[in-house]
Amino acid sequence: MEVERFHYDNRTPRNFAVASIIFGLIGMLVGLYIALELVFPNLNLGFPLTTFGRLRPLHTNAVIFAFVGNGLFAGIYYSLQRLLKARMFSDALSNIHFWGWQLIILAAAVSLPLGYTSGKEYAELEWPIDIAIALIWVVFGINMFGTIVKRRVQHLYVAIWFYIATFVTVAVLHIVNSFEFPVSFMKSYSMYAGVQDALVQWWYGHNAVAFFLTTPYLGMMYYFVPKAAGRPVYSYRLSIIHFWALIFLYIWAGPHHLLYTALPDWAQSLGVVFSFMLIAPSWGGMINGLLTLRGAWDKVREDVVLKFMVVAITAYGMSTFEGPMLSLKNVNAIAHFTDWVIAHVHVGALGWNGMLTFGMLYWLFPRFYGRELFSKKLANFHFWIGTLGIMFYAIPLYWAGLTQFEMWREFTADGFLRYPNFLETVTQIIPMYALRSVGGLLYLVGFLVMIYNLWKTAFAGKFIGDEAAEAAPLPKGITPGHQESEHWHRVIERKPFQMLLFSLILILIGGLVEMIPTFLIKSNIPTIASVQPYTPLELQGRDIYIREGCYTCHSQMIRPFRFETERYGEYSKAGEYVYDHPFQWGSRRTGPDLMREGGKYPDSWHYNHMDDPRSMSPGSIMPPYPWLLDDELDTASTSAKIRVMTSLGVPYPEGYDKIANKDLSRQEAKITASLKESGIETMPNKEIVALIAYLQRLGTDIKGENKITFGEVATTKP
Amino acid sequence: MKFINYLTAIAGVDIFPLISLLIFFLFFIALIWYVFTSNKESMIAMSNIPLDQDEQ
Repeated sequence: MEVERFHYDNRTPRNFAVASIIFGLIGMLVGLYIALELVFPNLNLGFPLTTFGRLRPLHTNAVIFAFVGNGLFAGIYYSLQRLLKARMFSDALSNIHFWGWQLIILAAAVSLPLGYTSGKEYAELEWPIDIAIALIWVVFGINMFGTIVKRRVQHLYVAIWFYIATFVTVAVLHIVNSFEFPVSFMKSYSMYAGVQDALVQWWYGHNAVAFFLTTPYLGMMYYFVPKAAGRPVYSYRLSIIHFWALIFLYIWAGPHHLLYTALPDWAQSLGVVFSFMLIAPSWGGMINGLLTLRGAWDKVREDVVLKFMVVAITAYGMSTFEGPMLSLKNVNAIAHFTDWVIAHVHVGALGWNGMLTFGMLYWLFPRFYGRELFSKKLANFHFWIGTLGIMFYAIPLYWAGLTQFEMWREFTADGFLRYPNFLETVTQIIPMYALRSVGGLLYLVGFLVMIYNLWKTAFAGKFIGDEAAEAAPLPKGITPGHQESEHWHRVIERKPFQMLLFSLILILIGGLVEMIPTFLIKSNIPTIASVQPYTPLELQGRDIYIREGCYTCHSQMIRPFRFETERYGEYSKAGEYVYDHPFQWGSRRTGPDLMREGGKYPDSWHYNHMDDPRSMSPGSIMPPYPWLLDDELDTASTSAKIRVMTSLGVPYPEGYDKIANKDLSRQEAKITASLKESGIETMPNKEIVALIAYLQRLGTDIKGENKITFGEVATTKP
Repeated sequence: MKFINYLTAIAGVDIFPLISLLIFFLFFIALIWYVFTSNKESMIAMSNIPLDQDEQ
C-alpha cells in the first residue's frame, strides 16, 4: 500500500511542557511561601495580596490547572499524534488552545490574589473565567476528535480512551459546578445553596481529582511507560477493565468528602461504598503499570525516566489505597479537617502527578531537541531529592494530623475537654509545619535542577518542530464502517464518538442518582422555621469572608461527635444552610470551626482580633487583617446582591433591594455603638463592621432568639 | 433554582437508581465476558500500538 508522509507537530507539546515548567515553579514557590506563613504568620507583611486565604487558592489552582494541566496537554498532544499516526487536526486550534489556556491561567493568577473568588474550593475562578475555560476546553475537544477522525490507525489505544473520558467528564463537571448567577463583572453567587452546593462542589472536587489529575495521567502512563521500557503494557485485558471500572466508580465517590456532615445519610453511604470499591480498578491500573516493567527492572536501575515513573506509579498506588481507607467513616472521622488530608493530596500531587510529569519531560526533551539529556547525574540527583522531599513533606503532616485529632478529642477524667483552647492544638504541631516546609523546599530544589538540566539540553540541541513520519492510510471503508461479525466492544473501541457517548452516559448516571434526590425530595433538606436570610450587612460581611478565603482555614460544619459539640456547640443541621450561596463548610481546620461563632465574643474582640490576632490569642498563626479596619464597604452593590439572592429563592420581601441599604446603615450604627462602648472608635462604613455583623450572626438562628424584620428594624444580636 | 416538584411528581422515582445499577451490572458482566474471551493475538497487537513506530 502507498505510504503517506507527514509531520508530527512537536511545537504544541513543547510549548505546553515549557508552560508546565514555568507555572509549576510559580505554583510550588507560592506553596512554599504559604507553608512558611503557617510558621511565621506575619509573613504576609500586612498586605491583602500575600495573605494565606488569597494565596492558597492561587497555589492549588496553579498546581492543578497550570502545572498538571499544561503537563497533561503536553502528554496528550505528543502521544495522541503518535498513537493515531496523524498530525493534530488543526495547528490553529492547537495554538488557540495553548494561548487560551495560558491567558486563563494569567487571569487566575491576577484575580485570585485580588480576592475575586467564587468561594468554592478548586473552582474559585469567577464566572467570566469559567466561560473562557469552557470555550477553550471545547477547542481542545474539537482538535482531539478531529485528529482521531483523520487517524491512520484503526484501533484506538487505551490511552486515548482515557483522554476521551477526561475531555467529556471535565466538561460536564465544570459546567454543572459553575452554575452561578452574576452579580457584577467578577462577582457571582452559586445557584445552589448549602447542602446541595456542598454535594455538587464535592462531586466536582473529587472528580476533578479523578478526571483532571488521574485519568489523563493514566493515559500518559499507558503510553510513556511502555515507550520508556520498550515493551508493551503488562495486560491489555486488565487495561480495558481498569478503564471502564474506574470511570464508572469514580463519579459516585464525591460524598466521602462530606461524611458526618449535614448531608443526608444515604448519600454519605453511597459515597463510602463506591469509594471503597475504587481500590480495585485503581490497584489494577497500578499493577498493570508496574508489571509492564517485569523482566526489565535492570533498566530501571539505569534509566532515570523509568525511576521517576516507578515512583509515580507507586505514589498512585499509595494514594489510591489511602483514598478508600479515608472514605471509611471511622477513618474519615479522624482525618477530616486535619493535616492528614493535606499529606494525602500531596502524595498524589508531588508523587503521582509531579514524578510522572518529570519522567515524561526527561523523556520528551531529548526527543524534541534531537540530543541526549544534558546530564543524567543531575537527573538522578533530582530523582533522589524529589523523593526525599515528598517524604519530608508527607510524614510530618501525617504526624501533625493524628496529633491534632488526638488533642481535639481528648477528655479529662471529669469529662471536660483536655485542650479546650483550640490554639493549644495548633501550637503543638507548628514544628511539623516547619519540617513540611523543608520537604517542600527539597522538592523545589530538585525542580530547579531539572529546569537547568532541560535548559542545557534544549540549548545544545536543535528543536525539531515538525517531526517527519510516514504511515499507510487506513483502507477506505474501515473507519467508521462496521465490519460483519465483529465484537461489540471492538466496535466501540474503533469509534470515538460512541466511546464518548458511552463514557458520558456512564458518568452521568452516577452523578444524577446522587444529585437528583437531594435536589428534588424536600425531606432531604428539612427546613428550620427560625432560620432566616442574612441581613444586607451580614451578606456584605459574608462576601468579605469569601473574598479573604477564610474557608481555607475555618470550617463551618460541626460534626455530631461529643468532642465537637463540647467544643463548638450544637452540631450542624442541613436546614441551617438553606440561604448559603455558596456554602462555606471548608475542608481544613487550621483555625477553629466558626459554625456557632455568633455571640461567642463581644464585637470589640473581633475588631481587635482582625487587626492583630495575637493581641487576643497569643501564639495564634492567623494572619493580621488591618486593611479591613480602613477599607470602606462597597454598599453600591447591595441592591444587586439582594436582587440576585431573591431570584435564587431567598425570601426577601418584594422590592427589598431598593431599601436594603437603609437596614444596612441601621445595623452598622448598632455595631459601631457597641464598639464605642468598648472604647473603639470607628466609622460605621468600614468593612470590619460588616464582617463582625456576619460573624456574630453565624449559627445563632436555631436558638430562635433572633428577631429579624426586613424593611423596618434589623436586629441580629441575641 | 427551585427544581423541587419536577421529579417528585414521578411515581416510583426510586426505581431509577435500581435500574441504573442493573444496567451497569449487566454491562460489567458483558465487559468481563468480552475481555476474557477475546483473542490473544488481537490483544497483543493492540498493546503494541505505542511501540509500533519507526522512530528512534
